[in-house]
Amino acid sequence: MNPFSSGTRLRDMIRAIRACKTAAEERAVVRKECADIRALINEDDPHDRHRNLAKLMFIHMLGYPTHFGQMECLKLIASPGFPEKRIGYLGLMLLLDERQEVLMLVTNSLKQDLNHSNQYVVGLALCALGNICSAEMARDLAPEVERLIQFRDPNIRKKAALCSTRIVRKVPDLAENFVNAAASLLKEKHHGVLITGVQLCYELCLINDEALEYFRKKCTEGVIKTLRDITNSAYQPEYDVAGITDPFLHIRLLRLLRVIGQGDADASDLMTDILAQVATKTESNKNAGNAVLYECVETIMAIEDTSSLRVLAINILGRFLSNRDNNIRYVALNMLMKAITFDDQAVQRHRVTVLECVKDPDASIRKRALELVTLLVNENNVTQLTKELIDYLEISDEDFKEDLSAKICFIVEKFSPEKLWYIDQMLKVLCEAGKFVKDDVWHALIVVISNASELHGYTVRALYRAVLTYSEQETLVRVAVWCIGEYGDLLVNNVGMIGSEDPITVTESDAVDVIEDAITRHNSDSTTKAMALVALLKLSSRFPSISERIKDIIVKQKGSLLLEMQQRAIEYNSIVDRHKNIRSSLVERMPVLDEATFNVRRAGSFPASASTVAKPSVSLPNGFEKPAVAPLLDLLDLDSDDILAAPSSSGADYLQDLLGVDLGSSSSQFGATQAPKAGTDLLLDILSIGTPSPAQNSISSIDLLSTADVNSNPSNALDTLSSPVPPHTATTASTGMFDLLDGLSPSPSKEATNGPAYPSIVAYESSSLKIEFTFSKPPGNPQTTNVQATFINLSPNTFTDFIFQAAVPKFLQLHLDPASSNTLPVSGNGAITQNLSVTNSQHGKKSLVMRMRIGYKLNGKDVLEEGQVSNFPCGL
Amino acid sequence: MSWLTWRVPFQRRLVSSDRSRFLLNSPFPEKMIRFILLQNRQGKTRLAKYYVPLEESEKHKVEYEVHRLVVNRDAKFTNFVEFRTHKVIYRRYAGLFFSVCVDITDNELAYLESIHLFVEILDHFFSNVCELDLVFNFHKVYLILDEFILAGELQETSKRAIIERMSELEKLE
Repeated sequence: MNPFSSGTRLRDMIRAIRACKTAAEERAVVRKECADIRALINEDDPHDRHRNLAKLMFIHMLGYPTHFGQMECLKLIASPGFPEKRIGYLGLMLLLDERQEVLMLVTNSLKQDLNHSNQYVVGLALCALGNICSAEMARDLAPEVERLIQFRDPNIRKKAALCSTRIVRKVPDLAENFVNAAASLLKEKHHGVLITGVQLCYELCLINDEALEYFRKKCTEGVIKTLRDITNSAYQPEYDVAGITDPFLHIRLLRLLRVIGQGDADASDLMTDILAQVATKTESNKNAGNAVLYECVETIMAIEDTSSLRVLAINILGRFLSNRDNNIRYVALNMLMKAITFDDQAVQRHRVTVLECVKDPDASIRKRALELVTLLVNENNVTQLTKELIDYLEISDEDFKEDLSAKICFIVEKFSPEKLWYIDQMLKVLCEAGKFVKDDVWHALIVVISNASELHGYTVRALYRAVLTYSEQETLVRVAVWCIGEYGDLLVNNVGMIGSEDPITVTESDAVDVIEDAITRHNSDSTTKAMALVALLKLSSRFPSISERIKDIIVKQKGSLLLEMQQRAIEYNSIVDRHKNIRSSLVERMPVLDEATFNVRRAGSFPASASTVAKPSVSLPNGFEKPAVAPLLDLLDLDSDDILAAPSSSGADYLQDLLGVDLGSSSSQFGATQAPKAGTDLLLDILSIGTPSPAQNSISSIDLLSTADVNSNPSNALDTLSSPVPPHTATTASTGMFDLLDGLSPSPSKEATNGPAYPSIVAYESSSLKIEFTFSKPPGNPQTTNVQATFINLSPNTFTDFIFQAAVPKFLQLHLDPASSNTLPVSGNGAITQNLSVTNSQHGKKSLVMRMRIGYKLNGKDVLEEGQVSNFPCGL
Repeated sequence: MSWLTWRVPFQRRLVSSDRSRFLLNSPFPEKMIRFILLQNRQGKTRLAKYYVPLEESEKHKVEYEVHRLVVNRDAKFTNFVEFRTHKVIYRRYAGLFFSVCVDITDNELAYLESIHLFVEILDHFFSNVCELDLVFNFHKVYLILDEFILAGELQETSKRAIIERMSELEKLE
């Protein structure tokens, strides 16, 4: 009773589906078929079962859900006939996989079939087991499979061998049970059995060291002999592929030799001859031969040093690289990457060819070649290679520019011989591929520029020139805008000319044109516009003669659709207008950015895509990556020492940024006060923007400040802040507030926190959760830091099942003590504390860094928050 | 910077809910076939065999992505495309694409050769195979594949042996 030849229903269904002209028609046919099949399943008629399942498999392949057929597979497998079993097992492999619970039910049937008297049934069971068995099934059925490796029929032996590889992958503990059986397979003459046996041995060697040792001792010579026999064998039509007898077996044998030879000089020595023979004798004009050569080269490079062989291998790769077939060139590039580790010189010889490959039309080749070039770069050839790559960047496909520019930036940053060269190359990349350059790269460029004081003039002029031509490259515009803002005076006066530079005449108005262009261009993003606004503020002081025009541009931004821009425009306008006396000190050139700190931050923030499930915006205090508004703050460097009285506004977050870390811990207080409006007013007051506020309001504000003060450090910056204006003197609001502003000479202290040896930090803060770290060092052990983490619930509801997890890089060791509780009440009703101890094996060289993951249940829903702490105090 | 695994107090461990990452972080560092696909130019799947467990939705995504990757490549280009953290070795026969997904460091040329062997077997079995044979006899194609590859590894390299085995099995129907 064959479902496919007699009953034509399956063919009919396929025809019907193929006849459908639209997807909707097809869905209708499938829906009807599925309904019929369901009905038949419910009738439980064994007669139609395998035909139904066959239809279901086809429907499944079209992408429709077919889970309702899973039980049918099990019933078919349990039925006695071979045709039913065959369809049942096929369905099992297609419709189920190892993760489904249903699969457990089949273990018993599999066991019976593995012991079946009909060897074809045994074959079916082995096949299913090999393709989908789970770890549990592997344990249960391993003895049967092990026995079947010795079965008389070769078809069963080879299936059992591959089934065993799956079993030992799933359950490595079982490896030793299979070692003897696997070794016996190596003596086989039947190619199918031999190839599966070699595969099983290879697998065992990878998993189990004892097995590796065993095969090394007992089988090395045997394997070498087998390889020699098939290499030298006469023409065998059954296994011949393009003149090579069974290249697949060649490859498996070479692979097994690779694990045997790796790390063992004696074994490597034994295989030298045969490897040399394969490397020299194999025909390389067909794919099959090249596949064998490729595997041979890989083995030569992996086994213990036999330098003459390696020369041979490198030569083969050189030949591959000059091959006309793209596939061969591709594998050559891949292999050369590995060869670099032991023979850099030989690979360097192919540099020109590799560079050509970077320009190949095939993306696969380009990608490999680019990887290889990156490895080939060293101090000596960096200038030449970079030039080639940048030249190519100009003409490369748009979709390749992202990869290419990223690699060029990496090379330039890593091997740059001098700052001038670095800046030049980066400018070229920004001009060609500015829109693909990542944030951390142009941030780094600004840091470098900031540090190269003798090149400020040169850089700003070069950027000016570049931005005139390439104004569509976003990041180029940003860097240019920043530099013109900072060094605009050097631009117009041709200050700091260096030898190779052509003098240019730029008027103040030209410089402002560039900024105006950036701020008015419709496709500039908010970061660029924000940066341009800051640059304008700075230029208003640098170019007093055209400050009216600058003011006009700033004023226009009052109408910006972005709230942030509006606010800043108002604030800056007020600075330009009303505070001429402090303006110049407000917009002084930024102090040199600290390269070391930046690099640490960058390293920390690079892999961190800090994300929260609860709310997307995470504010990591001091983190480099911030929402779009942050550049303004960063650029003015408001977040710590320098000038406090700069314009900022809006919610408590900005206040926190504005006043630096010290106040951060009190921001929760703002949320808790009954008059949150006063908080905003206070800010406006401090910043002297908007209408003068009534005295009462300001008094409450200052009260508020002092309450916050009590809760944070006693010697908080706020003390200095509020001392010039004690509450009782603030009689008239406006003057009082301006006094306040004036009282802030640009020197408020950073060393406000001098309490313990290390200041506490806010390690993490989101809308619902805050984590603070306090530090202590156990005496006599500078490497270890005890951290007490305090978790504060900022949401109005209690967190349950609270769990805190942390991860650290390898140079740190982390020990977590249990938390004080797993229920976190609303702020004010208590907090959870948890002690961590961190040991820094690179104490003094690297600072601490940590990732955190916090999970809890809020109103019965799971919430997961993640973050990274890279603002640990120095010296921990 | 390489990060160590998450530390958790007590015995509590994270349970990963994201199964779709399986393909990316396969627990098998070994070189093995992750899946084999047979698709036509329109992207209709004619055969899909997975040797690693994937969610159904993920399978559809994989099939869609692989088709997109291979269908528009120039005939002169390599037969290899990088696919997520793996590599797809594909070969086109008339309107059909045979794609094998393997480890990034595996021997591409060897898989190219095995694809060809598989096609020869199909060609022999159906005597001059065409796409329609594979559509109407899809279950047989799966059976041939099961005789050729098992557990993501090559099982038999002789065309004759597989054809003989198939005719033995046919007799049992």
